[in-house]
Amino acid sequence: MIKNVWKLPLRISNSTKNNGFPVTKYWIHSQPNFTKNNFNIKRGNFSHVEEEHLYFFRKLLGESRIITDLSDLEKYNVDWNKHLRGASTIVLKPKTTEEVSKILSYCNNNRLAVCPQGGNTGVVGGATPVFDEIIVSTELMNKVINLDEKSGVLTCEAGCILQNMDEFLQQKNLIFPLDLGAKGSCHIGGNVSTNAGGLRLLKYGNLHGNVLGLEVVQANGTVLDLLSTLKKDNTGYHLKHLFIGSEGTLGLVTKVAIQCRLRPKSTHVAFLGLQNFNQVLKTFYKAKQDMDEILTAFEVIDTPSMELANEKLGLGSPIGDYPFYVLIETTGSNEKHDEEKLDGFLQTCLNKNFILNGTVTGEVSKYKAIWEVREKLPQGYIKDGFVFMYDMSFPLENYYKLVEDLREHMGSLSHRVFGFGHLGDGNIHIQISVKEFNQDVANHIEPYIFELTKKYNGSISAEHGMGFLKAKYLNLMKSQESINLMKNIKQMLDPNGILNPYKVLF
Amino acid sequence: MARVLVGVKRVIDYAVKIRVKPDKSGVVTDGVKHSMNPFDEIAIEEAVRLKEKKLASEIIAVSCGPTQSQEVIRTALAMGADKGIHVEVSGKDYETLQPIHVSKILAKIAQNEKVDMVIVGKQAIDDDSNQTAQMTAAVLDWPQATFASKVEKGDKEITVTREVDGGLETIKCKLPVVISADLRLNEPRYATLPNIMKAKKKPIAKVTPKDLGVDVSPRITVVSVEDPPVREPGVILPDVDALVAKLKEGGHV
Repeated sequence: MIKNVWKLPLRISNSTKNNGFPVTKYWIHSQPNFTKNNFNIKRGNFSHVEEEHLYFFRKLLGESRIITDLSDLEKYNVDWNKHLRGASTIVLKPKTTEEVSKILSYCNNNRLAVCPQGGNTGVVGGATPVFDEIIVSTELMNKVINLDEKSGVLTCEAGCILQNMDEFLQQKNLIFPLDLGAKGSCHIGGNVSTNAGGLRLLKYGNLHGNVLGLEVVQANGTVLDLLSTLKKDNTGYHLKHLFIGSEGTLGLVTKVAIQCRLRPKSTHVAFLGLQNFNQVLKTFYKAKQDMDEILTAFEVIDTPSMELANEKLGLGSPIGDYPFYVLIETTGSNEKHDEEKLDGFLQTCLNKNFILNGTVTGEVSKYKAIWEVREKLPQGYIKDGFVFMYDMSFPLENYYKLVEDLREHMGSLSHRVFGFGHLGDGNIHIQISVKEFNQDVANHIEPYIFELTKKYNGSISAEHGMGFLKAKYLNLMKSQESINLMKNIKQMLDPNGILNPYKVLF
Repeated sequence: MARVLVGVKRVIDYAVKIRVKPDKSGVVTDGVKHSMNPFDEIAIEEAVRLKEKKLASEIIAVSCGPTQSQEVIRTALAMGADKGIHVEVSGKDYETLQPIHVSKILAKIAQNEKVDMVIVGKQAIDDDSNQTAQMTAAVLDWPQATFASKVEKGDKEITVTREVDGGLETIKCKLPVVISADLRLNEPRYATLPNIMKAKKKPIAKVTPKDLGVDVSPRITVVSVEDPPVREPGVILPDVDALVAKLKEGGHV
């Protein structure tokens, strides 16, 4: 429960003289208040970071790889949305698995809480501390260990940035099976730990399928070598799956072996305008019928989302205004074949009035520009007041129902309720924009939105994870028996509870 | 209403990373994604807008190059051109095709088709020549309005705002005229599906330079194509004195 009203601190910056009068600029989105002050939560029974601990870390990593300066710590303490702020006093930047092992072993022995952090692009507060947890950053663990070009298996350290990996693979005619908007900053270790979904899941499946092996450091410092690069290996329990999606609460991922695919020779993107959501579904089912084998992405965007793009980002629909928009990407090994399939599909959709209009292109600069409209949407949130951000998955017939219900439920409280997302995966990102945060509005939204999600047979977190913000709602989604088993596993793997406390399991 | 000829060139898509061939004879084009030269898209867009305002009656899109150039003509047709002409130039001839050849080709077609306006992009993003419009005007002995950022058509003349080094220059030209399109002339539309479908049925005539009486024998030889030198990394200096010393050392001060 959020205790205090979240104030927007005014900060005077860069005073400039104008005719002798100082002109002051106010940052409207300054640093948020401390999470520990905003939420009714008690600090766990962990030690506080003392001088002797600092001495150990300094000796282990050297002065240049620990950060204790408060202003330098800001970027690690504050989340991407700028809604949450931890109070960590130290960031550690190990370079090797051995160092991670020594760090965790030491923290475990001294009951020091740890918050593993990759690119800090998470949106549920899983990557930032709640209190003074020691942040262990994978920033410096960014080496490619091996690429087997024939089999397409890439082994790399957890701190590799997704976009860098894909650019590296592009030169070898391979493609990373994961793609998401945060690609320029997110780390593979974080992607794996959150079982990130992204834009290509429709074609390449999720990380549970693509991750062939992991190297994980356990809470007590034990290095768990699960780094198989074999496609098939049914020898014993499949432990790696425990760590994929457990958001850093069961172990710290240090290396990943992932199955990459051949870079497609042919890519096409169609951007369509549709009358209503029923037509969106009809178009999707037709797309699967006609082009299942080349379908790579099927995204939907509603009108208020496009309005946000227009107003705040200067981006717009390439085909004019329509109630709903769909972005389809196809990739394949033969340009002519793909074009034929796509043309036939689009012609049918036009004839049957599934779609009102659209454009299609195989040109790189054009389809990148079209994708930009979809991928950049989250960057508009920070300009739209305070945006409550949600991520649900539903059976397709219920996909858009929650947005419509929420619009009615919020009424004039919100100036924009908008939804867009990976329709192909049944995953919708729902946002509620208000002018500024206030507790009453927050209470009006939660837990209503989650209860309604349950009513529509959906999940309250399709791909973002539970992190800190949704941990308390786990019992809405999972039975007591499964939660008990999760707690037992956590107890077994991390008896002192030092790994990312206050997250996932409330 | 004016009859308009638009020149469109097939170039490597600007979002694609260019790689030089190991034998330094040129850049790698095989298997590389191509698209219409962005300035030519602007040219077509301007022509289509004139037609929508009923200031133009027919738009003819012309491209010189190998068979694949037809893709670019199709794009022009999808954007609103009425018919296309593909001037087939391939192999070695295409590698040495220069604006001087293209301008003669465009001029001949302009005469054959009795057009009143020729619009091309100001330059192609592969050779950056910025010569075709000017040469075409010279061959035809027509006025030229280059680097156009605004075009207004009157009855027998056009008023064009040009982007020049000193700012903006406005000139009036009598028709017939050659125009080269600059970046800010307009924002090209995405071709919409109904038009993309319609474009498949629009005619593309095929001719050769010989048919037009134009000699495309090479007038240049490519000696070598190389990557630009790798940028030297910067140096971090400890203080201003060191900076001044380095600047003096390098003879910059």
